[in-house]
Amino acid sequence: MTAATVSALLPYLVLAGGTVLLLLAVAWLRSHVVAFAGALLILVMALAVTPLALSAAPQNVDGLLAIDGYALFFQALFAVTAIATAVLSYRYLRPRASHRQEFYILLVIATLGAAVTASAEHFAGFLLGLEVLSISLYAMIAYPQEGRQPLEAAAKYLVLSGAATSTMLFGMALIYLVTGTLQFAPAAEVARTDELILAVGQAMLLIGVFFKLSLVPFHMWTPDVYQGAPAPVTGFVATASKAAVFAALLRYALDAGILDGGADPIRTVIVVVAVLSMVGGNLLALLQTNIKRLLAYSSIAHMGYLLIAVVVSSTPAVRALGVETALIYLAGYIVMTLAAFGVVTVLSGEIEDAEDLSAYEGLFWQHPLLAAVLAVAALSLAGIPLTVGFIAKFYLVAAGVDGAAWTLVWALIVGSAIGVYYYLRIVFAMTKRSDTGSDTGSDTGRAGASIPWEGVVTVLVLGVSIVVLGVFPGPAIDFVGALTGP
Amino acid sequence: MILAVVLVLLVAGLVAWAAERFIGENAPRLVSLLAFAAGLVWAISEWLGGPDGNGLYAAQHFGWIARFGIAVILSLDGLSLLMVTLTMFLGLVAVVSSWDEIDSGQGFFQFNILWVMAGVVGVFTALDLFLFFFFWEVMLIPMYFLIAIWGHENKGYASMKFFLFTQISGLLMLLAILALVFLHYRASGEITFSYHKLLDANIDPAIGVWLMLGFFAAFATKLPSVPVHTWLPDAHTQAPTAGSVILAGILLKTGAYGLIRFAVPLFPEASADLAFWGMLLGAVSILYGGFMAFSQSDFKRLVAYSSIAHMGFILVGIYAFNEVGMQGAIVTMVAHGFSTAALFMMAGAIQQRLHTREMSRMGGLWVHAPRMGAMTLFFVVASVGMPGLGNFVGEFLALLGAFEKSVPLAVAATIGIVVAAVYGLYLMQGSFQGTPNPDVVEMRDFGAREMSVMILMAVALVWLGVYPQPVLDAAGATISSLGVLP
Repeated sequence: MTAATVSALLPYLVLAGGTVLLLLAVAWLRSHVVAFAGALLILVMALAVTPLALSAAPQNVDGLLAIDGYALFFQALFAVTAIATAVLSYRYLRPRASHRQEFYILLVIATLGAAVTASAEHFAGFLLGLEVLSISLYAMIAYPQEGRQPLEAAAKYLVLSGAATSTMLFGMALIYLVTGTLQFAPAAEVARTDELILAVGQAMLLIGVFFKLSLVPFHMWTPDVYQGAPAPVTGFVATASKAAVFAALLRYALDAGILDGGADPIRTVIVVVAVLSMVGGNLLALLQTNIKRLLAYSSIAHMGYLLIAVVVSSTPAVRALGVETALIYLAGYIVMTLAAFGVVTVLSGEIEDAEDLSAYEGLFWQHPLLAAVLAVAALSLAGIPLTVGFIAKFYLVAAGVDGAAWTLVWALIVGSAIGVYYYLRIVFAMTKRSDTGSDTGSDTGRAGASIPWEGVVTVLVLGVSIVVLGVFPGPAIDFVGALTGP
Repeated sequence: MILAVVLVLLVAGLVAWAAERFIGENAPRLVSLLAFAAGLVWAISEWLGGPDGNGLYAAQHFGWIARFGIAVILSLDGLSLLMVTLTMFLGLVAVVSSWDEIDSGQGFFQFNILWVMAGVVGVFTALDLFLFFFFWEVMLIPMYFLIAIWGHENKGYASMKFFLFTQISGLLMLLAILALVFLHYRASGEITFSYHKLLDANIDPAIGVWLMLGFFAAFATKLPSVPVHTWLPDAHTQAPTAGSVILAGILLKTGAYGLIRFAVPLFPEASADLAFWGMLLGAVSILYGGFMAFSQSDFKRLVAYSSIAHMGFILVGIYAFNEVGMQGAIVTMVAHGFSTAALFMMAGAIQQRLHTREMSRMGGLWVHAPRMGAMTLFFVVASVGMPGLGNFVGEFLALLGAFEKSVPLAVAATIGIVVAAVYGLYLMQGSFQGTPNPDVVEMRDFGAREMSVMILMAVALVWLGVYPQPVLDAAGATISSLGVLP
């Protein structure tokens, strides 16, 4: 391990070392503020050393991790996500849990797990990252003491996620049986007789990944977990954990060349799952009146859209554009999803989350700023110009057209056409005026609760980022284009 | 300069929104009025300045998203300047017509008006396909808000329908744009969205037809043409007065403009092949719109259906594929902008006074409001195509062009003028003429503010009817520069 490797690993070391220090600090001084500030400090430091790591990248760490621009990009995204989640959770947790310090520790560990997952190029690294991430998430979902819902959501996530991981493990074992390596990239050609075992192994691995990405038909857990989890944690589950698994999937797909065969069964499986997710996710979202469930189904659709990037990057000529698309799309998706869940968090009362759509009626006239952010986030998720969501969708269509993935592009068009309807429902609900004329009107969770200023600032920053990235995407595109990647 | 004008409108929107809170209820509409007045002055000064050697009044070009060869290319030729002038003028009309109609949310209302118009100006001047699409969608959201927030009893349904139709057809256009760009990229090795460069792309006519249809879908929906017209009667009827004025006066014209500027020149062969079908759709729209208008009992809905008929003339004129027809289409665009805006303003004024749009609850209103009656008579007569007024010139030229291509279609379209006379007189008879409705005790007549706008529009129509040469010259210069007509 050289000095360059160490400096490439710096953000990971900061996260890991910081966790230990934070554990010690909490054992010594149980203070909400200290734990919160400590976690923020660790995350900010991890961000601060990222440029240093970037200059040393790409580095290979013992064949387990590939610390390249691609991995560090995700690592930075996760750190930002965690910072936003921490700030949003600060006031949100106070009435919900008496011991709040460990939450921030879990958050930092989850961030580390996500970062490791995104940099894995070896099944061991992948599994390690994924489990560190998932196990922290179980605890974070179940964190509030009151209410049955968080516990139920955590139990569901635990059981189903465990099943998915074991499927994945079995798949890895089968792949190892044939290729003789746990590296993503197989060392040698696979004998024809072993192709079936390889295909089964890859299929099982993919099923586990699809489950984690909540793609149709492995999506059943998503709405329940999204609804039951505390709003800021839902935001983290929807963004960082999804993006981490997706990053690993794309790297594996490219390294192992699972799609190189042209019209092979694996490609068909991915295309079918993508189409089902885009159309199914959007259709199911139409029926929702609970904003967390609505966003859950919308995230299913978005992960479906993203599979376009995986499919087209298997064509060598489109590979660069495909990877770029995935990075841009995920970055945009993270910002807009966080903004949406941020508004939900900020509006949530002391006991219940502001999850029913009726709680948002008339928001435009009561909290114009929050309403504007949620509207921008919803329109961005719908892919309307002036927002980063449009740039992201533009990338997907461009990549799809360039890679001639017409089925997927049409499914994307149909899916986003359906999607516009329910995103607009959120916006429309906010524009409603309460007929009674009173401003307290229909709110369920909001009554009496004060709006935390730090939460407002966070969502405002996210909202402005959505617009700025949507209007001036040039620098971000150049940055992503210059990253070293898989 | 063009970008500055767009920015002025955008910034004025933000200022108007903020002004409500910090200055007062009246401030937003003054800001709006000022912005449109400034825009109108700028447009007139461009007319006075005259075109340069290339027929351009103004042009701008600078880079935006280098990765995809996207640039901000704005240029103002005869047709663009004509439409931009109309935009600014109708902006003034919209502000004046809703002067005391909006009782709450003045600031956000004016914000939306200004942002729609900023998008419209962008659409009429953008010569980069990405930028064009960007502005095309920017028009959408504020218009949605105008209908959804300040609309009438069925606003939710109407605004959603409007948005879905435009958005879905817009996605098809985006797909066509990207396919065109990547085909050009494969052939030339240069990735660009520049209109002038893409004009030279030699697209295989077999593919060209499909790409053309993608553009056509978006433009025909916006225009609208049968069979994708069904959003229009709902949107127009439910929109607040200013919304209807903008929608009918200028937003529909962006569809016509798109056909003339993009669909036809980018795919001349495909357009020529499908010209008959374009004319057929136009003729069907004329007859269908006319008959449907006659069967309405709602003042506003009648005018809305008459718009479909008038847009049919534009379609017939464009797809006649000769200079006369194209000229006719452009004159109709301008004339219809004035006459229909005036009629919608009238509908709004009546609704504000009588709280109904039903003609069965009107009748004999002339007794109470002679000035309104006289103006309605004038614009109804203009709208049905009386010689000496602008609409006649446009429709006559369009029919003349059509006659060269297909006599049966021209005859069918001409029958539409007879139908127009029927519904026009029916409208007049039902509202201002006939037996005075005993339920209407009194009705406030137009004051100086409304009359001044009405008279300005009347003068414009007379001028257009008696001396249309300047408009024909400006339009002719653009048409010949497109270089697609035989």
